Amino acid sequence: MATAAATTAPSWTPDQPMVCVKDVRKSFGAFEVLKGVSMDVAKGETICIIGPSGSGKSTLIRCINALVDIDGGSIKVEGQEVNDPKLDKLKLRRKVGMVFQQYNLFPHKTALQNVMMAPINVLKEDKAKVEDRARKLIAKVRLTGKENNYPGELSGGQQQRVAIARSLAMRPDIMLFDEVTAALDPETVKEVLFTIRELAEEGMTCILVTHEMKFARDVADHIYFTDKGVIVEHAPPAEFFENPRDERTKTFLGQIL
Amino acid sequence: MACDVAPPDAIAAVGCWIQANAGVNLTILHDPFDRSRFISGIGMTIWLSVVSLFFSLIIGVVGAWAQGSDYKWIRWLINGFIVVFRNTPPLVQIFFFYFGVSNLLPAVEDDVGMRQPLLTNVQWAIFSLSLFAGAFNIEIFRSGIEAVPNSTKEAASALGYTRLGTYLHVVLPLAIRVCLPALNNNLVNLLKTTSLAYAIAVPELLYASKNIWTDAQNVPTMMVVLLLTYVALVGVLVWAMNSWERSMAIPGFGQGRGR
Ligand SMILES: Nc1ncnc2c1ncn2[C@@H]1O[C@H](COP(=O)(O)OP(=O)(O)OP(=O)(O)O)[C@@H](O)[C@H]1O
Ligand SMILES: [Mg+2]
Repeated sequence: MATAAATTAPSWTPDQPMVCVKDVRKSFGAFEVLKGVSMDVAKGETICIIGPSGSGKSTLIRCINALVDIDGGSIKVEGQEVNDPKLDKLKLRRKVGMVFQQYNLFPHKTALQNVMMAPINVLKEDKAKVEDRARKLIAKVRLTGKENNYPGELSGGQQQRVAIARSLAMRPDIMLFDEVTAALDPETVKEVLFTIRELAEEGMTCILVTHEMKFARDVADHIYFTDKGVIVEHAPPAEFFENPRDERTKTFLGQIL
Repeated sequence: MACDVAPPDAIAAVGCWIQANAGVNLTILHDPFDRSRFISGIGMTIWLSVVSLFFSLIIGVVGAWAQGSDYKWIRWLINGFIVVFRNTPPLVQIFFFYFGVSNLLPAVEDDVGMRQPLLTNVQWAIFSLSLFAGAFNIEIFRSGIEAVPNSTKEAASALGYTRLGTYLHVVLPLAIRVCLPALNNNLVNLLKTTSLAYAIAVPELLYASKNIWTDAQNVPTMMVVLLLTYVALVGVLVWAMNSWERSMAIPGFGQGRGR
């Protein structure tokens, strides 16, 4: 992909971590939200970040696509330093897709138009080709027939799947999901998780913030547990859920499971 | 009097019939000169309205965008502009440009060597009215822009949109829908304010009517005609704005959603 190549550091190869977060610090005013956080995500890996509310999970993944500037440390995406003031943030964001808790669809556009907009406006791609791709993506998230509905006419779960398709239309290398099922009722959660699982199985690199422990256990290659701005522990799911080492993890899992 | 001879057309005949039977002297119907003055007055009022409306919308859209600029001096400039034009009477603004600014500008020579002002009174009226309505439009658009949730803008950023791209493709289309009622009011106000161009001798509806009632001595009649004509013109504008509003309605949006 031409757009990805343009921002990939020449030295980066796919066997190196796709996302490399090192010692990242971030404060809002006097309040330190991230106190030196590190994590590596390999290509094709699915990472779940879990932890209590306010522990800095959203802030962390929003740093990865430069929606939030970091105060210290380093984040490399495909070898490209995100914290570099000279970095073209827009180029970075084109290869890092993001899905939000509140869907944030564009309410004045139909489902299909939502998916088509960014490739046409941002990537200046040919409209017919984009439409073709968008229809396939709508089908992929199992919303065929809803192409011409406005977000206001779709259920939360349907809107969230349109949001996923909208991100995928930019052909990202990495997908970030921030509690994408937290606003949904239990029935629709399943549909959205199904879509994400499919993506992960196809080899998309995914970083998810989630409260769905069962899903994390099934889908994640690695789990990170955060509390008060630090990563308390991280491990593959089996180990993480069977043998949590830290007291804070045990307490958290005790409350939530 | 025109009705002493045979009326030249059906409208004139109606005018003469009204005069004969009701004693109401509608010279704009049966006097060809008054009729043409009146029609071109309506035409001028429409022209002033449409052109000023167009420029005032551009001023509103660009100004509201610039108001979100990272540069303090740009924001100050815009805010200063709004304060000046919102807090002064539009008639004073028109005089300021036509008698004040116009004198400071160089004159140009026309084909026959006569010195002509750079802008005509009609152009100054359009200029002044556009700024007047534009200042209000900036504030109106800003209120619409502020109603667009940050999370929606953030979603656009996350897709790689620039600030301008986000504004044009996401913020503005949503903001316009939010602020249409206020915009509606301001544009109606603009149409009515075009009558102030009378004061710098722009032959618009009021100016033409005044000339007609002075010549024909039918002041009360023309007053009623004038009022009804403005009612009709504003009615057409409101109807057009309402159809626009309806055509832009989004299913499932605008009923207190989208915070
Ligand atoms: N833009 C901001 N300005 C100021 N404070 C912020 C901002 N964003 C987040 N915070 C604060 O940083 C802390 C961490 O927020 P963050 O959203 O990252 O937590 P979280 O782990 O995602 O929590 P949740 O599970 O509730 O979503 C919170 O205390 C929050 O109030
Ligand atoms: Mg969060």
